[in-house]
Amino acid sequence: MRRKALPYLGVALILVFCLAPFYWMVVSAFRRPSDQFDSGPWPSPWSTENLEAVFAPGNEFVRALANSLLVAGATTVLTLLIGVFTAYTLARLDFRGKNAVLGVIMATSMFPGISQVVPLLKLFTEIDWINTYQAMVVPSLGFALPLAVWNLTVFFRQLPFELEQAAMIDGCSRGQAFRKIIIPLAAPGVFTTAIIVFIMAWNEFIIAFSMVNEKEMQTATVAIAKFTGVSGFDQPFGTQMAAAVVVTVPLVVLVLVFQRRIVAGLTAGGVK
Amino acid sequence: MATILDKSPGGAARPARAPRPGGQARNTSRRLALLLLSPTFLVLALVVGYPVLSGIRESLFAQAEGLDENGFVIEGERFVGLDNYAALFSGERGEAFWNAFSNTTFFTVTAVVLETAIGVGLALIMHQALRGRALIRASVLVPWAVPTAMSGLLWRWIFQPDGVANTLLGQEILWTADGIASKLAIVVAEVWKTSPFIGLLVLAGLQMIPKDVYEAAKVDGASAWQQFRLITLPLVRPALVVAVLFRMLDTLRMFDLPFVLVGANKDSVETLSMLAWMEAGNLRYGVATAYATILFLYIAVIAYTFVKVLGADVIGEARSRKPEQTGKEVAA
Repeated sequence: MRRKALPYLGVALILVFCLAPFYWMVVSAFRRPSDQFDSGPWPSPWSTENLEAVFAPGNEFVRALANSLLVAGATTVLTLLIGVFTAYTLARLDFRGKNAVLGVIMATSMFPGISQVVPLLKLFTEIDWINTYQAMVVPSLGFALPLAVWNLTVFFRQLPFELEQAAMIDGCSRGQAFRKIIIPLAAPGVFTTAIIVFIMAWNEFIIAFSMVNEKEMQTATVAIAKFTGVSGFDQPFGTQMAAAVVVTVPLVVLVLVFQRRIVAGLTAGGVK
Repeated sequence: MATILDKSPGGAARPARAPRPGGQARNTSRRLALLLLSPTFLVLALVVGYPVLSGIRESLFAQAEGLDENGFVIEGERFVGLDNYAALFSGERGEAFWNAFSNTTFFTVTAVVLETAIGVGLALIMHQALRGRALIRASVLVPWAVPTAMSGLLWRWIFQPDGVANTLLGQEILWTADGIASKLAIVVAEVWKTSPFIGLLVLAGLQMIPKDVYEAAKVDGASAWQQFRLITLPLVRPALVVAVLFRMLDTLRMFDLPFVLVGANKDSVETLSMLAWMEAGNLRYGVATAYATILFLYIAVIAYTFVKVLGADVIGEARSRKPEQTGKEVAA
């Protein structure tokens, strides 16, 4: 009996550990603002008042969501465009110093964000890039690119390259073989990397927080952290939890749908 | 560090560089490699290399303050050498620095130790679970997917004086004020968000261990603890060392969590990243970059130690395994 129950107990522990705080975020989001400090296990009654407050005109939250989408999307697309070629090279071509190249790329991912942000903040102030999208996208490449190259290299290495050679024997050029054989086969790996990079870019805080001070340019995570209550003194936790649910739920859905791929990507990359 | 990692067995084993039929193709392949690698290196040089180097240069300068002898306001920067660094060892600035340094170290050590213990626990349970693996895997990914800033807000809410943490504990602790409790709050939030990551990495390691090893151990009469200590741990060690290294590097640069959970300018949770950020906000770029440079060096030392002493294989699966063979294929 004990032997049977033990694994289930363990599973229950994991579920509570991982989900309880997230559950609390959702529950708090759906309470009435007047019940905010209730500690009951579910909202009674349910209310969407907090959600409505999130999208109240003063917060410009839709704009912030659009900014986040744009910054994270642009970062993902740029990263993949550049990273695919590098990863293909590292996985496929034979040249001396390949591990040194991998080492350098790995090392850049270890750099602390702050040693990038402070000098760039000064530079961007001088060239009037503060409050622009590029001021958020360009520095984000610094953490996104090593991550992407890494994941893609591991994925590409598993591809059946004999097919590529067969295509080249049949008269394809290397470029054609890459386009017609490798890209379709590599699509799942590229897709997984895109999801992981997108999530990291969507969650980015310090760059977006430092490079932008105008409300219209803020990304969602920064906007939520800056929400102020009516009086300006008490923090509007209900509204913030509702907004946090709005920015987190799409990610959680992504994670639920693509969990297998994401786990494979994370464990292969070993980054973050 | 990069050169240390470059121990491709093919490099030395390859026969003398006599001209051979495939030489032409190899050369082309090399040029192609350079061409295809250059965009990544260009971007990394611009967005990481340049800022770090200009930061080191900047840390040797100070924003001029005050008036010159004729009463004019001094503008611009002046070279101060290592003054920004020397200032860390005395006075108010030194106090702030060492406080941030010890906070950073404290968070890193406690959070990573707890994360590793919990992560290994999670992995063992996940590995044992017969049913509901998909459910577990999905729920384990939830803390990872929540943006750090949002998890900071969530935990700030949980740790409010009249929040749910105090209700459950039956206490009235001021978690988000400036004190020892707030350090604990940061560690709890950090551990929640990141131990699943260690769990997933360790699980991947566990799944590589063949079952018959355990069966053989069982036949030999090994207890569960002995199996864990003598089989599981040594075999997942490589994966674990890399996971711990990445977690340490990430915790050392911690910014958003304390910033959102407790706030800026709180002595008890201020990290080196936050301190540097504050100084930059006050336009004291020289001081800010000095802090950032020290953090950078701190991280470099730890990464170097892990790679050299503990043998963390950061290149891992991406390493080229059989350069000799692929070389022939390409040349053919």
